[in-house]
Amino acid sequence: MPEGAKSKPVPDRPEEMGRRQFFVKIGAGSIAAAALGTAAFSYEYLSPNVLYEPSPIVDAGKPDHYPPDSVTLDPQTAIYVVRTAEGFFALSAICTHLGCLTAYKSDLGMIACPCHGSKFNRDGVKIEGPAPRPLPWLRMWMSDEGNLMVDRSQAVAIKQLVRI
Amino acid sequence: MASTLDQLVDKVRENRIWRSIFRSGTGQSNLHKSLVVQQNVFLHLFSIKARKRTLEFRATWYLGALTFGTFAILVITGVLLMLYYHPSVPQAYADMKDLQYVVSSGVFLRNLHRWSAHAMVFLVFTHMFKVFYRGAYRTPREFNWVVGVILLLVTLLLSYTGYLLPWDQLAYWAVTVGSNIASAVPLMGAKIRFLMLGGTAVNANALLRFYVLHCVILPLFAILFIAVHFWRIRKDGGIYAGDHSSEVSS
Repeated sequence: MPEGAKSKPVPDRPEEMGRRQFFVKIGAGSIAAAALGTAAFSYEYLSPNVLYEPSPIVDAGKPDHYPPDSVTLDPQTAIYVVRTAEGFFALSAICTHLGCLTAYKSDLGMIACPCHGSKFNRDGVKIEGPAPRPLPWLRMWMSDEGNLMVDRSQAVAIKQLVRI
Repeated sequence: MASTLDQLVDKVRENRIWRSIFRSGTGQSNLHKSLVVQQNVFLHLFSIKARKRTLEFRATWYLGALTFGTFAILVITGVLLMLYYHPSVPQAYADMKDLQYVVSSGVFLRNLHRWSAHAMVFLVFTHMFKVFYRGAYRTPREFNWVVGVILLLVTLLLSYTGYLLPWDQLAYWAVTVGSNIASAVPLMGAKIRFLMLGGTAVNANALLRFYVLHCVILPLFAILFIAVHFWRIRKDGGIYAGDHSSEVSS
């Protein structure tokens, strides 16, 4: 058999891709694009855009409902309204460890979490337990109607008291 | 008596309709016995032959088969419980109480589901330990060990998602704590929690998501990987017989 009959003609530019390779690349590229698009769509679909959850702003009622020098928990909204001699402040009742609802123990004068035993004083400062942070102070103000208002979504760094 | 019963069974098995469904036919030969397994869509996952000592109690303590048994009970009782359960707030809790006090046999089915779920988690772990201490996870069965680990995770996720469905205090706080653990993942923890709960708190969306995961998505994954797990036993040369050197790969 002559040498030339078996070997195929050498292409002029060997780095050039063939038609089949080209279509395979186009196909694989489209599938990859479709997969990325599907992932993005799925992520968007699984993230709700509207939440029918309670408003973060809570009307805590008239200040004189709270006796002097008291810590009052509202378990529905998970906030403490603390009344001291100087004024009022609001504290989140959600434990900073794993999100359990804490309770105020008036006999001990401290806030305690039933889940993993974290304890806080009435300023929210941790006394003991696994909680990594103090209970956050929440923004509190007086409405025009004279009600105490609390925004649960806004923690305040500077501890300010609402005076009446 | 016994022979007439055998004759009756043989007569049924030779019947035209029976033969159209089960092609293997009657007979006691090795070929026939093989065909029974090989030509059945469910049984063909398994090997047509097994070493006798792999079928003895001490080889496996039947832990894998028992795990599958609890899974079968969970599917059947779970589907029946779904007929009375609405995954909505606060109906879910009332439905659970109805199942306990109002629905005939409801408390039996609910408790069967609950205890089988506990048993399945326990059996999955004991099965894993048995395989580990026997050394049955080694080559050529290392991939089936990986499939088993996936099945362990699916089992734990089924257990966790099912825990929320009674919608009682225990369920609510357990999932609150669990979802906050998920949010401890670096960088995307809060986003994972948001997707998991379908919101920022354990609420109606979370209950529905857990319900769909528990009743549809996770069981489908479980069935898929169980099929692969069983099929790989055959492909990896049958159940580990204990004598590593005499093995032939098939």
